[in-house]
Amino acid sequence: MSMNSKSKAWWRELLVPVVAVLVGLAIGAVFMLFTGANPLDAYRALLSGCFGSPVNLSETIVYVTPLICTGLSIAVAFRAGLFNIGAEGQMIVGMLASAIVGYALTGLPRIIHLPLTILSGMVAGGLWAAVPGYLKARFGVHEVVNSIMMNYIALYFSHYLVNGPIKDPNLASPYSPEIADAAKLWRFVGGHGSEFRVNSGIIIAIVAAILIYRLLYKTTKGYEIRAVGLNPEAARYAGIDVSTAMARSMLIAGSMAGLAGAIQVCGIQYKFLDLFAFEGFGFDGIAVALLAKGNPYGILAAASLFGVLNRGSQMMQLLARVPKETAGIIQASVVFLVAAEGIVEGWLPIRRMAKLDVAGKEETR
Amino acid sequence: MGKPQSVPVLEMRGITKQFPGVLANDHVDFRLNKGGIHALLGENGAGKTTLMKILYGLYQADEGTVLVDGKDVSIQEPNDAISLGIGMVHQHFMLIPPFTVAENLVLGAEPRKHGIFMDMESAIAKANEISEAYGLAIDPHAKVMDISVGMQQRVEILKALLRGAEILVLDEPTAVLTPQEVVELFEIMRNLTEQGKSIIFISHKLKEVLDISDHVTVLRRGKSIGTVATPETSQQELARMMVGRDVELVVEKGPASPDESILDVDALHVLDHRQLPAVRGVSFSVRAGEILGIAGVDGNGQSELVEAITGMRRPASGRVMINGCDVTGVPPRQVFESGVVHIPSDRQRHGLILDFTVAENMILQTYYKAPFSRRGELDWETIHTEARRLIEQFDVRTPSEKVAAGSLSGGNQQKVIVARELSREPELIVAAQPTRGLDVGAIEFVHRKLIEARDDGKAVLLVSLELDEIMALADRIAVIYEGEIVGIVDPDTVTEEELGLMMAGAMRGPQPKAAGGESR
Ligand SMILES: Nc1ncnc2c1ncn2[C@@H]1O[C@H](COP(=O)(O)OP(=O)(O)OP(=O)(O)O)[C@@H](O)[C@H]1O
Ligand SMILES: [Mg+2]
Repeated sequence: MSMNSKSKAWWRELLVPVVAVLVGLAIGAVFMLFTGANPLDAYRALLSGCFGSPVNLSETIVYVTPLICTGLSIAVAFRAGLFNIGAEGQMIVGMLASAIVGYALTGLPRIIHLPLTILSGMVAGGLWAAVPGYLKARFGVHEVVNSIMMNYIALYFSHYLVNGPIKDPNLASPYSPEIADAAKLWRFVGGHGSEFRVNSGIIIAIVAAILIYRLLYKTTKGYEIRAVGLNPEAARYAGIDVSTAMARSMLIAGSMAGLAGAIQVCGIQYKFLDLFAFEGFGFDGIAVALLAKGNPYGILAAASLFGVLNRGSQMMQLLARVPKETAGIIQASVVFLVAAEGIVEGWLPIRRMAKLDVAGKEETR
Repeated sequence: MGKPQSVPVLEMRGITKQFPGVLANDHVDFRLNKGGIHALLGENGAGKTTLMKILYGLYQADEGTVLVDGKDVSIQEPNDAISLGIGMVHQHFMLIPPFTVAENLVLGAEPRKHGIFMDMESAIAKANEISEAYGLAIDPHAKVMDISVGMQQRVEILKALLRGAEILVLDEPTAVLTPQEVVELFEIMRNLTEQGKSIIFISHKLKEVLDISDHVTVLRRGKSIGTVATPETSQQELARMMVGRDVELVVEKGPASPDESILDVDALHVLDHRQLPAVRGVSFSVRAGEILGIAGVDGNGQSELVEAITGMRRPASGRVMINGCDVTGVPPRQVFESGVVHIPSDRQRHGLILDFTVAENMILQTYYKAPFSRRGELDWETIHTEARRLIEQFDVRTPSEKVAAGSLSGGNQQKVIVARELSREPELIVAAQPTRGLDVGAIEFVHRKLIEARDDGKAVLLVSLELDEIMALADRIAVIYEGEIVGIVDPDTVTEEELGLMMAGAMRGPQPKAAGGESR
């Protein structure tokens, strides 16, 4: 969908996700009835879990922030026709790089140290993604296989580092030393130790979404990326360097996932904490990008929805005794319905128009 | 019409279809006689495909009724059409390339063994049976991706017949066929009507329509202009009905006044995608102010030659010079920058990004240059204004420049490409099949544009499978056969027979080097 036809059809674009969310909630409710819980209580608990108190609200935003970045990461790659399943690993190396630059350098003023720390996370993520990007562009190796491998390399590499070279010797647990105060993001309420962990990272994420939107639709580089994603043969005919555009989109995608990691370190954790498994922000980012149909602004909304469901599910469990997995079921139903948008469109009066669009693509002469 | 042979098997009454911004069908009436071949004619975007898609259940009409064998029917989706005995062969085949012919034929209605396993033997038996019943020879074991386009079309026709089609819709079936394959298709069509099938035939080629059909219905801008019996009409009359004015079927052109050479191709060897030699030692040049036509049967190295010249395929050896600069093996952008434009033969694979808007497609090669962008930032206002100007100038029928190129009719998609390429102020125009799928009016327009460009001192390399087009436009004709130029001849003195013989490799003409006058 191009930006030009967007203005007229935006409500139609929105209709499918909104209906999908409502149906997803209904499916969740049915599931809860099966388990003997009261769906109304559960959803009330979900809402209060997310917005009920200032701390809850703050934590919800904290959770949404990295999801926005990983969602953008997947969307940018997707626009070039690539599937970046490696956001998980790119985020890990982003965290590592930011943690190291954050604690290893001292005595720098904030105006230098903070941007440097965040940038190093983005660069690390970008380089991590550049490996599968390069292999794809140069040798045609499928990016999915490589990205998955890169995820595991990142995970185990981080184990190694945080249990050895960058481990804080003063602590028993496998943590890296705390980053310098000059490398920390500003928390809106209270200081660096505030219980309100919401911080300026959310602003960075929103700005990133705006910049990615501008990149895709207002710049020549974005035009190239979209052209390559939609029809690489035609892009090649037109003189666009297909490999470069693909590699560039992977680089940007990786830097977005790296940004997620940087914000996590500079805004929330202040150090690298050993990971026992993938945290899932990268994988959830796939669902977020899908739900948003790759639109950067849609990603803001989709990430919020996922953040709310994830955070709220803990409260549902606590207050309404609903298994936490219910949130997973709702999320999965929503993503499924959006992915198979034909199903939702079939329920709606827009069906005939939608069918027409599809047929238009089919008219192939 | 009380005669028994004119019983309508199909009647469409008052069909109306509105697309956003376009009234594609406006109270169209259409009747098809049993055993008849009824041609549907009309300009690009007149609504032919739309009418047929309504018949086949791919679109729903806003108004109007369809009667099959005199009975009112409702066609909601292709399955309804199929069960009413309506079959459609789309221009773009709906076959699965890695599957065999037999597998494709039974797709969707596969014979089963033990309930779940596909019964290959009876599939092949079925394929043989149907191909014999209609005299359509096929090889059921061959993979679809290995057979020719003409064969694939046969498979599509058989697929429709296998599903019990009594009414067959063929949407521009000849646009992708070689002249020999067209002859074969027409034989098949005549055979089918003898067996009582009725056929709707869409084509832009008036000769074909006069040759094969018994009735012609002409659409113009969504309206039915009228139906005539084929024996009582002529090319000129049909062209006038379509376009609403007299059309020059062969555009007038004065003698060429060629200047120094712009394109020099020297001993060029090019491999195809299987790494087999496709172009074998080709040399020629095209001078400013002339049109050099490359004539030949499809698959004799034309596409590889064009791709090597335009930078899309690296030649194995030899040299390509443009304006005295060596551009052998340089990427497409560098070729364009040296003043070359390229109308590609496959508009949907190369020429357009169907999901991009018309405006976005208009800047496919120039997006990074002023005035369309400055310092990496696109200027949408200028882009849209320029797109609107080109749409107007080249008469592209589209509701606006902001719709997806894929929603345009086939011919209008081609016009978008022609508009984009010819507006780029080239020195050399490489035009491969520039009028494929265009209506007579649009062909006249494109031909005139190419001649104008020539008179304006541009060099034109025209590659076409249509001998008529080559004869009408070219100042010199180079005949290509099995990757070699077997002769360069003068269209004023050569006969069609001689050309035919040369294209078949049975005769050689004067060689480029011997032709003299070749400046280098
Ligand atoms: N899916 C669609 N969405 C919007 N507009 C459409 C769609 N399909 C066709 N149209 C419009 O309807 C009109 C008729 O198109 P149609 O494809 O029927 O033309 P056609 O007679 O087959 O032309 P051609 O000879 O070029 O194939 C065109 O103006 C086209 O832009
Ligand atoms: Mg058509």
